[in-house]
Formats: sequence, structure tokens, C-alpha cells
Amino acid sequence: MIEHRLGRAALGALGIAAFIAVAELAGRMGLVPDVVPHMSAVLAAAAELPLEAQFRADVLATLAACASGLAIAVAVAVPAGLLLGTVPFVERSVRPLVEFLRPIPSVSLIPVAMFLFAQSQDAKTALVVYTCTWPVLINTLYGLTDVDPLAKETLRSFGFGPVAVALRVSLPSAAPFIATGIRIAVSVTLIVAVSVELLAPGDGGIGAFQSLAGSANRLDRMLAAPLWAGLIGLAANLLFTVAERRVFRWHRARTGDAS
Amino acid sequence: MSGPGKVLRRRRPGGRLVWYWLLPVAVACWELAARSAQAAYFPPPSRIVARLHELWFSGPVMRAFLTDEAVADLLPSLGRLFAGWAAACAAGVAIGVALGRSRWLSALVEPLLHFGRSVPPTTLVPVFLVLFKIGTPMQLASIVYGVVWPVLINSMDGARTVDRQYIETAAVYRLGPWQRLTRIILPGASPKIFAGLRLSVSLALIMMIISELVGSSEGIGHRMLEAQSQFDIPAMWAGIVLLGLLGIVLNAAFLGFERAMLSWHRGARS
Repeated sequence: MIEHRLGRAALGALGIAAFIAVAELAGRMGLVPDVVPHMSAVLAAAAELPLEAQFRADVLATLAACASGLAIAVAVAVPAGLLLGTVPFVERSVRPLVEFLRPIPSVSLIPVAMFLFAQSQDAKTALVVYTCTWPVLINTLYGLTDVDPLAKETLRSFGFGPVAVALRVSLPSAAPFIATGIRIAVSVTLIVAVSVELLAPGDGGIGAFQSLAGSANRLDRMLAAPLWAGLIGLAANLLFTVAERRVFRWHRARTGDAS
Repeated sequence: MSGPGKVLRRRRPGGRLVWYWLLPVAVACWELAARSAQAAYFPPPSRIVARLHELWFSGPVMRAFLTDEAVADLLPSLGRLFAGWAAACAAGVAIGVALGRSRWLSALVEPLLHFGRSVPPTTLVPVFLVLFKIGTPMQLASIVYGVVWPVLINSMDGARTVDRQYIETAAVYRLGPWQRLTRIILPGASPKIFAGLRLSVSLALIMMIISELVGSSEGIGHRMLEAQSQFDIPAMWAGIVLLGLLGIVLNAAFLGFERAMLSWHRGARS
């Protein structure tokens, strides 16, 4: 089993090396347009970027908007989901509204957000909140339908009120689903944050860095930024997947989910 | 994510409609609040709808009420959306299934694919803008890059996990490679493939909008940016409403399509 995994990892590393080599060769042999910098130039530019204070500040600006937006969205969506999930009347009334608002693409709100918020950083955060709220809310609601009714009844028969039941049974039992919602949301935060930065580069960010690199005609730096953004996205996804697996080991054991 | 929909059990159609009471109430509240507060950035819904109608849907009957602006903006937007989405899905399914059938190849490219998927597609929009200049090729490239990854990776997963028994049965019946592909592998992988396609619909819409906002001379996104710079707030909201409706329609259409295509699967499982 270990050998098998090692073999896969080695093949994967080989794939990456082969891709880099092919891209470099294609550049040297003139198979791609001249505007595109060679792979080696992009990698060199990417290697230099973390040494630049400006780039670090830009990355931090993007991540700050993503993190605070996600935190606000969770702080809003989980209690809202809990309320909706425990009061059927509210849930049935609000759900059509949710189903109408959810499909509105978050990026279509960028022009409005730019009007409402003088600071680009705030506009970014607000749009990240909007984007993240829906998957977290929907997954909270979904998780609440999966709560063991027996556990709820047990608590009720011991005289606990609806709030105690929601907090002690429903919330913990829906937590794995909420975590999945958060993981789905994380993958979209970067997309939205960078979109705002491309249109309103005022407060820095990865998108602003790219706009600047573009006006300086430095395509190598423009391509180096997505490279780092990809690594950040990969790391974030890995972090949330591992955390989810660690924290909710009991849930996987209970449902027998082997994926 | 088909699960959450099941929360509502279907009863009489009228009984279901009653639960939509909050929608008109919310719209009415917005209308009243916007009128009384004179909020500059939140025009009342009636003005948004009027502007929406005036901008795009007040044309002659012969052209299905579309105005010249609608023909100039909506049709290119929708054309790019569908062309990009279809191209990315076709490529994603074809490459994904091919990779999934070979253990060796999938191990070779898997880290690359996961990296490619992790790159936020919006960071490549300015790159495509330099490579292709403003116009349709740049927008198509953005949409394709945004859409292709979830489709590709899910197709690969689906093709990899097709039940061995089916493959062996196909070998016993001496199905040719083409029949094995179309009768065993593709149907077996289709639930996973559809999971990827479902993600791709909303991603395609996002990429269409952002590519039009950043680099375009026509399209819904460009029109919204123009409205923003001219301080035509109702027109901006009209664009949002239109894109929201587009999102709802596309999602509903896709879910219907999926249900029709996968009905055999749910039948076989239940």
C-alpha cells in the first residue's frame, strides 16, 4: 500500500516535471506566441515574488478579505440556518427567497458593491460574504434534516427547551455538513476576491498586483501570480479537508463514509 | 446538492405556492423603503423592471420583443456562455474519461490537474486579455478554463470507479471498445460526470460576467459597467436582475436535463 502510494507520488512528480519541460521546450522552439514568456522565466519570477514586500502585502490583502468574509458569512449563515431549520414555518417561507437570491452570480454585484463601499477592501469582503453565505446556509439546513429525532426527543423529555435542543443536538449533528459547506465556500472566495481586485485595484491584492504587472507589460509576473494563487488555493483546500477529517472522525465512523 | 430540495415534500401545487408569500412581501418592502428613503443606490423594483423592459425587451413583436441593444448585448453573451461551456464540457468529459481508464496516466497528471483546478480562473483573465486582446476569444478562453476542471476531475473519478463486474461482463460478451465505452463506462461514470457538470453551470456564468466586466466591448457585463460609469443605477440593477434570472433558468434547465438523463440510475438504485 505504501509502495503504491509512493509510486503514485513519484508518477505525479514526474508529470509535473514533464509538463514544465514540455512548456519550456514549446517556448524555445517557438511553438507558442512570442508574447508568452518561457516557462523558466515564469518560474524564476514566481520564485522572486515572495521576497517582494509589495507582493506579500497584496497576497495578505486578498487573504484578509477572504478570511474575514468567510468568518462573517459563517457567523450569519449558521445561526440563520439553525433558526430556519428548527422553525418549519420560517424555513418554508424563507426558502423560496433563498432559492431566488442564491443563483444571482456574485460577480454581477461587483458594480453595486463598488458604489456602496468606498474602500475596495470592504467591497471585496462584502462580496465574499455574499458568496459564502449560500453554501454554508444550504449545507446547514441539509445537515439539520439529518439530525437523529430520537436524540431530540430524549432531550425534550428531560425538559430541555428548543434552544437547548438546537444547540446541544442539532448543531453538533449538523456540524460535519456545515464544514463541507465551508470547504465549498473557501474554493470560491479567491475567485470572487480577485475579480473585485481586477476591477477596483485600489486597496491592493493579487488582482491589483496583476493589473500593475500588466500595465508594466510583465507577462512573466502576471503569470507568476496565478501560480502562487494556485498554491494558496491548493493549501487552503488541503487544510480544510484534513481539518474536516480530523475533527469529524466520529461522523465518518458513524456514517461509514469511505471517500 | 440535490438533497436540500427534498426538505419540501410535494403536496398540492396550490399548497406549495402559498409558501411563496414572502417573495412579493419582500419586493413590496423594498419598493416602499426605497421610495421613502430615496436611496440612490437601491432604486425601487418598479423602476428596475421598467428600465429592464425599456433597455432590452421593448422591441418589435417580430423579434420576440428584443430591442437592438438586446440583440447586440444578450445574444453575444449567451452565445459565448454556451459555446465556452459546451467546449469545456466536451473536452473535460473526453479527456477525463480517457485519463480515468488508465491508472498510469491518471497518476501522472493528477497533481497537475489539482493544481490547475486550484488556480482561481479570474487570475488568468488579465493574462488572456494580454494574449487575445479584448474580444470573444479572450472570453471563451476564460470560460473554458473556469469550467473545464471540475468536469475533467469528476469525469476521471467516475471513469476510474466503474464497477469491475460491468467491465468483466462486457469482456465476456465481447463488446468492442466503442460499445464498451458508450454502454458501460460512460453510463457508469455519468452520476459523477453530472456532479461536475452541475458545478460548471454556475462557474460558466461567473466567468462570462467577469470576462465581460474586465475586457469586452459588448455583452451584459460590459453594459453594466457602462451603466455604472454613467451613474445609471436602475440599468445596473436591471443587469443584475437579468443575470439572476439567467442563473435561475440555467440551473433549473440543467437539473431537468440531469433528471431526465439519470432517471435510469435512480431507478436502478432505489
